[in-house]
Amino acid sequence: MARRYDSSTTTFSPEGRLHQVEYAIEAINNAGTSVGILAKDGVVMASEKKVTSGLLAPARTSEKTYKLCPHATCTVAGLTADANILIDQARLRAGRYAYQYQEPIPIENLVEHVCNYKQAYTQYGGLRPFGVAFLFAGYDIHHGFQLYQSDPSGNYSGWKATVIGANNQAGKSLLKTEYGSSSSSGDEMKTDEDPAKEEIEMPTTAEALRLAVKVLNKTMDGAAASPEKLELFAMTLDEDGNCVHKILNAKEVEAVIAEVESETATAGDT
Amino acid sequence: GPNCDLVNFSEYISKNLALYELSNDGMKLSTHAQANFCRGELAKALRKGPFQVNVILGGYDENVPNGGSLYIMDYLGSCHKVNYGAQGYASNFTLSIMDRDWEEGMNEEQAVKIVEHCIRELNMRFLLNQSNFIIKVVDKDGVRTVKADSDPSDN
Repeated sequence: MARRYDSSTTTFSPEGRLHQVEYAIEAINNAGTSVGILAKDGVVMASEKKVTSGLLAPARTSEKTYKLCPHATCTVAGLTADANILIDQARLRAGRYAYQYQEPIPIENLVEHVCNYKQAYTQYGGLRPFGVAFLFAGYDIHHGFQLYQSDPSGNYSGWKATVIGANNQAGKSLLKTEYGSSSSSGDEMKTDEDPAKEEIEMPTTAEALRLAVKVLNKTMDGAAASPEKLELFAMTLDEDGNCVHKILNAKEVEAVIAEVESETATAGDT
Repeated sequence: GPNCDLVNFSEYISKNLALYELSNDGMKLSTHAQANFCRGELAKALRKGPFQVNVILGGYDENVPNGGSLYIMDYLGSCHKVNYGAQGYASNFTLSIMDRDWEEGMNEEQAVKIVEHCIRELNMRFLLNQSNFIIKVVDKDGVRTVKADSDPSDN
């Protein structure tokens, strides 16, 4: 009964829904998972690389992580072709802002611009929405390190930790329990305390990387984690206050995976 | 510059800056960003319909050493960060005074004294001088008027 109202993006259904937008969001649930975690001293984003064929030429550029400007990077879940258009838009916007104001664009400003662009495809022109969800990681002097998530509807929100793509619900529930509890307090029994009293302690970038790998282990459904399947990204500041965008190389990814493995192996030991 | 362009341009810039604040959750643009925005608009208009406006823009930012910064722009779209500046015929008389008197690390009182020195000089030496000046100060508490002579149009 929704069928009559779901073929046009620009039409509401009688229940007040935009079905095409919802279907676009569904499309992303089949895409490679991406998890983002805000740390004290940076932002971490880990993505599942979906290798579709052994015959594919080794990619020189990432299919998941994209630098938008000197102080912002995003990861993608969904249709890569759609993502490329939006990434171009984001890069243009960041560049034009820097030209106009001779200052780096505030991250929320950048995210909102991309989202407004996406929203237009849910309201005008009879074109389908973009089948992409983004995680934006960035730094500005106004709000420090930030993490944002956006979806095909053009909605966005800021997060301390979140997951997009396949099995994101499982990932999010893991984050809910594990984010903010440092490894030292991880052995304590979790009682039903008033959540407002519980202080969330932000992880360090290293801890966040390990947590991100843990999440991907869960969402990737028991498939063995390896540098070919995982892409780890970390954004931090160097001593001069400039952003460092780092996609970890295979050895560094191996190291994080190994640390996580030993952590989970000893978990529960008294 | 001519009052028509002066009002048009300065209101255009100040309203756009206000719009930025409204659109960005109260975030204000830094003085540096405002100056570059202003200069960009002058440059854009230059090869279409130039604004015959020269600008001196001063602002206070918390994260700037000593807080205050001053930018001088002209109608051709040049922009420079300066310690002191003057536009118009006044510059012929006052720049040399400020060259001499300005020192790093002065306080507000000393700076106002230099401005008054400049005004006195203009009153004495500048043939076309209009003697009514307004002196304003920009600091962490915002913009305030320190001295305002009477407005000739009030007579």
